[in-house]
Amino acid sequence: MSGGSDVVVVGAGPAGLAAACQAAESGARVLVMDDNAAAGGQVWRGEQGEWQERFARSGAALETGRAVIDERVRERGRTVVLATGARELFLPFPGWTLPGVVGAGGLQALIKSGYDVAGKRVVVAGSGPLLYAVAALAREKGASVMLVAEQAPGAAVAGFVRGLWRHPEKLAQGVGLAMALGGVEAVRGCWVEEAMGRGRVEGVKMRCGRRVWEESCDVLAAGFGLTPNTELAEMLGCHVRAGAVETGDWQQTSVEGVYAAGEVTGIGGVEKSVVEGEIAGLAAAGRRAEAERLFGRRAQWRRFGEELGRAFALREEVKRLARGETVLCRCEDVTVGQLRDRAGWREAKLRTRCGMGACQGRVCGAITRTLFGWGPSKPRPPLYPTRFEDLFSD
Amino acid sequence: MGRRITISVNGRAVETREGTSVAAALLNAGVARFRRSESGEAREPLCGMGICMECRVTIDGEAQVRSCQRLCEDGMEVETT
Amino acid sequence: MTAGAPDVLIVGAGAVGAACAWELSRGGLRVSMVEEDVVGSGATAAGMGHLVALDGSEHEFALSRFSQGLWAELLPQMPREVEHLQCGTLWVAADDEEMSEVRRKHGYYGAHGVSSEMLDAKQLAAAEPELRVGLAGGLVVPGDSVIYAPAAAQWLVERSGAAVIRGRVERLNGRTAWLGDGTRLEAGIVVNATGARAAKLTAGVPVTPRKGHLAITDRYPGFLRHQLIELGYMKSAHAGGGESVAFNAQPRKTGQVLLGSSRQHGVEDAGVDRMILSRMMKRAVEYLPGIGELQVIRCWTGCRAATPDGAPLIGPWPGEDGLWLATGHEGLGITTAPGTGRLLADLILGRTPCLPAGPYLPARLCHG
Repeated sequence: MSGGSDVVVVGAGPAGLAAACQAAESGARVLVMDDNAAAGGQVWRGEQGEWQERFARSGAALETGRAVIDERVRERGRTVVLATGARELFLPFPGWTLPGVVGAGGLQALIKSGYDVAGKRVVVAGSGPLLYAVAALAREKGASVMLVAEQAPGAAVAGFVRGLWRHPEKLAQGVGLAMALGGVEAVRGCWVEEAMGRGRVEGVKMRCGRRVWEESCDVLAAGFGLTPNTELAEMLGCHVRAGAVETGDWQQTSVEGVYAAGEVTGIGGVEKSVVEGEIAGLAAAGRRAEAERLFGRRAQWRRFGEELGRAFALREEVKRLARGETVLCRCEDVTVGQLRDRAGWREAKLRTRCGMGACQGRVCGAITRTLFGWGPSKPRPPLYPTRFEDLFSD
Repeated sequence: MGRRITISVNGRAVETREGTSVAAALLNAGVARFRRSESGEAREPLCGMGICMECRVTIDGEAQVRSCQRLCEDGMEVETT
Repeated sequence: MTAGAPDVLIVGAGAVGAACAWELSRGGLRVSMVEEDVVGSGATAAGMGHLVALDGSEHEFALSRFSQGLWAELLPQMPREVEHLQCGTLWVAADDEEMSEVRRKHGYYGAHGVSSEMLDAKQLAAAEPELRVGLAGGLVVPGDSVIYAPAAAQWLVERSGAAVIRGRVERLNGRTAWLGDGTRLEAGIVVNATGARAAKLTAGVPVTPRKGHLAITDRYPGFLRHQLIELGYMKSAHAGGGESVAFNAQPRKTGQVLLGSSRQHGVEDAGVDRMILSRMMKRAVEYLPGIGELQVIRCWTGCRAATPDGAPLIGPWPGEDGLWLATGHEGLGITTAPGTGRLLADLILGRTPCLPAGPYLPARLCHG
């Protein structure tokens, strides 16, 4: 397999599959690599759809179950398309390390991989449209969704919803979600202050302005939006700005022969990912004229992404929920109090072990960037924990 | 989800279905914790997608395996710490 | 000299610079330090933090053994973050030839007051069950230990009371250091303790970079009990130029396994070299077959400061009045930092040197 491809696509989510389809249909030899067991990414995990079917017919090769761990991915083909997606942004609050507290996307992924939530009382909180999708899924699987709490102010979200007529697909999705949510209580301008319980979450303390109350639950799903997975791009030397990979018209990065598409270039949702993936795939296969026809659609979905970012911007209060004794780095149990007066990421690492654990700074690095404005250091190999014996097998 | 299979969790037989991740099976079985943190706190999965490392368990003797990234297999032996 | 200028300006706040600050302050001098990054973030953070008595030469043994004594006084005062682990060193002998080296080493240590214990094949397997079968034996040196050196450096700097100025020194002489932003720092004397960078700041200093690779795993408590080093290490590690790898595996207090080691002479690029790392890991698997299953979470490189004769440079630099050196410790800088600080302070303060200074004086390499 090695060296044999024209285009290597890293990530088999919406952007990766769209890039692979366009490149393969243009006659390029395409290899798609993904660390999950199957294609689809986090959004389409375990689902069949238009792009999955098209991908199956495209002739592109798929290699799953193995993470890309270093820059050797460049040896697999002439050009590389980075479609590494995004991960959930977590923010620390008292009790967030209790069993039963999961990410919002985390709950979605766990349910899709067989977690049975039937009969469980679930509170969904944090920020972003994902909260409603998770709540709808949990409800469909038999959970009692007690509450969906969005931290963004009601006015901001309402303005965003009013603007959805410009993106009819999204409007339809929203209506579908609203119906799936049924009578679930959805509040805005409201956030979790604390998760409580003896050894396991039993309830949450919620706040809406001055109003504070407690809600009993078995599961708290809390996520504060998404953050791009830029580690591989950084390792390859691509410019990253404000936490996202910088790209040009053809989705090319600052490194010759390396393209990026989808959430890794900035959070914007499935449609933005697909169109960026298509452009990257076409451009990588040398079909710039076709790619250019998609610029209008890309601009539309990037606007949507910007509106999304503005509407669901994190309020300062949710960045101040943690107390001094609240753990921030979960791998090494480093508290907010040990970290907040540090000069930066490097000092924090050397003095407290923050970021030195098995998550390689993915969880705590995103948190300290959000809370303290620290830039993380350049990623070092392997990008994911890897067995010694697999580290150098080709 | 697929056919019924049995895995062992800390020596106890747990029934699950093929296609279920080990993390999901452990949650369904109601284990007390997946791992203990450095200060001794009980921890369970957070991200569900192989990033946070909170769901690490020992599978068939191999320590520190992310249980959310592994599917259950009949006869698999899982230990939490 | 400007009024208020310190007696000593130490350039470089790694373990060696920190130990110099500690000893000079205790000697009554006012000390400032200048560091381009965080205290202890250079080679100090990159290395293994192994406190080991080495017998490669008389002067190496003298400095490492003396320094171990100073560490024994310091460590009980240091905080938990220093992660001191009294694991000892286990020198592993693969065959009969290496067993004869075990006997020699045991004799040398015994004659110099270091306790050690010879192990036959069976005792070796009992002492370190993950080692492969078929090894000849080994030598345990229980007095050796392991620390997290950046935390020790930070403690020494804090307790010394030295002011730490953040900045990158671009130029220096025996009275002044100039930072990249134009700032001038003045002092009674200047100590160049910048490790492998020392020659860039002081022309003619005979130190060259010797790059090393390391890899660390997730936590596997109990996998290793001792710091393990192959007895071929001395042969390969100090075999002049070129590249070499040797088996060197360490248990951390966290339960992690830290794996070394490699040496590449004259390589300055900080990038991870896949071929070297691959050779290093294959060597490790030859000794510890089970290590193949452990998850590696990070690989990195660091730069040792090597000298032509393998001994550090501690003392005045003959080419420049007021300029002193504390560099060139190669792979032994953490172990020998306290002894270096003590010796340098003795020389600067005109005290009787704690060790015969001759083998360490920069002047030894400056004739002809």
